[in-house]
Amino acid sequence: MSIPTELKYTKSHEWVKTESDGTVTIGITQHAQELLGDMVFVELPKVGRTLGQKEECAVVESVKAAADVYSPLAGEVVEVNTELESSPEKINQDPYHAWLFKLKPANVADVANLLDAQGYEKALESEAH
Amino acid sequence: MLKMTPLNQVHRDMNAKMVDFGGWDMPLHYGSQLDEHHKVRQDAGMFDVSHMLVVDVEGGHVRDFLRQLVANNVDKLTVPGKALYTCMLKPDGGIIDDLIIYFLSESWFRLVVNAGTADKDVAWITSQRDKSAPDLEIKPRRDLAMIAVQGPTARTKVWQVIPGAQSITENLKQFQSAVFDQYFIARTGYTGEDGFEIILPVTDAADFWKKLYSAGVAPAGLGARDTLRLEAGMNLYGQDMDETTNPLESGLAWTVDLKSERDFIGKQALLQTPIKKQLIGLLLLDKGVLRSHQRVITRHDNSQGEGEITSGGFSPTIGQSIALARVPADVTVGDEVHVLVRDKQLAAKVVKYPFVRNGQILI
Repeated sequence: MSIPTELKYTKSHEWVKTESDGTVTIGITQHAQELLGDMVFVELPKVGRTLGQKEECAVVESVKAAADVYSPLAGEVVEVNTELESSPEKINQDPYHAWLFKLKPANVADVANLLDAQGYEKALESEAH
Repeated sequence: MLKMTPLNQVHRDMNAKMVDFGGWDMPLHYGSQLDEHHKVRQDAGMFDVSHMLVVDVEGGHVRDFLRQLVANNVDKLTVPGKALYTCMLKPDGGIIDDLIIYFLSESWFRLVVNAGTADKDVAWITSQRDKSAPDLEIKPRRDLAMIAVQGPTARTKVWQVIPGAQSITENLKQFQSAVFDQYFIARTGYTGEDGFEIILPVTDAADFWKKLYSAGVAPAGLGARDTLRLEAGMNLYGQDMDETTNPLESGLAWTVDLKSERDFIGKQALLQTPIKKQLIGLLLLDKGVLRSHQRVITRHDNSQGEGEITSGGFSPTIGQSIALARVPADVTVGDEVHVLVRDKQLAAKVVKYPFVRNGQILI
């Protein structure tokens, strides 16, 4: 399983992409979608909501279970991917493109503190043991 | 150490995602639970149910023994091969297990019990045997495997694999069985679709499974088995009922024979205990997914949320979430209720179940 090197990650299996306009795009990883199985429902945060780092802000539900999504960074929600509300299976099909929401980070520099692909891979390995 | 069915390696070879299911290493899915679900509704799928236990009861007067052992009446079984669904109760009416009983001859009845309760069941049946019918033999058959082949084309595909079985099984009605060679073939299932449950020697199981696969039967895991049985409105032991609930408050009154003179274990308790709860079907009106143990608020309980979802999930056939829930006895079909999901109260409608049968949405 390859982990895209251009993204940043959290131990709770979110990925973060820095956009050129200073916002960040957030989704869940391949590993997370694989663990959960077929997605059937996604609950997204409201646009305009201010989130703290690690705050519960979305829920993804599969045939198997409901899982909370935590905001990797503090910031304000500027856009959500409403397409997922009718097509949650896109998360299974292409987790690194089926983004959940975009955030205007309170402090862009915080992105640097997230895990890189290598760090995330190590986190996955230690989780497996 | 997890217990393994004779098909364990076959599941792994087919890239199954394996899970610990009550101490058994079982396939959850082989890639997509949703695809497997649809395959069973529209075509044919197969389930390894070898973790369930076949218990043969043999000897002199098996019928007399079973007449008092279980809540349904084995006197309904008049033709050899006929099956009966029933609960086995404690004296207080609590459900020890639900099972299927096949009548093969007056000296041979076959029971199929749940995996998680198998040891407890055998111990209970044996203790009752010691009391009332010491001449009978109770034979757990771990030398047998069981494969359920389910779906509108399931029977045809089984006949492709066992051509000789067609003539003796094509006229079987629901809940009838026949024996062909080493195969015990019953027209039963846990999906709401047509099909067979086939009991066969452990040594033949892997080969039979592979032949079914070649005939176009999709392997399906416990995940799809659960969503299919929920849509079909079939109870799951340990979830929708257990030793603390009785059949009358579990949607199973139709399986309890209180009319005949016959006495059976649990009968007095059922006659004397007022029925305060019932099992009902729910269709979620709001967006979200109903899950077991969520509280259900009805207009009959002063918003206390006395109701509880016993089985819930997303219905792939309907495209909405459905559930079975235990609620106060005066709730009726058509009522709107609310379910506590995380920090929200979601609206749901009380509906008659089954939700889906033979590929058709019934609600």
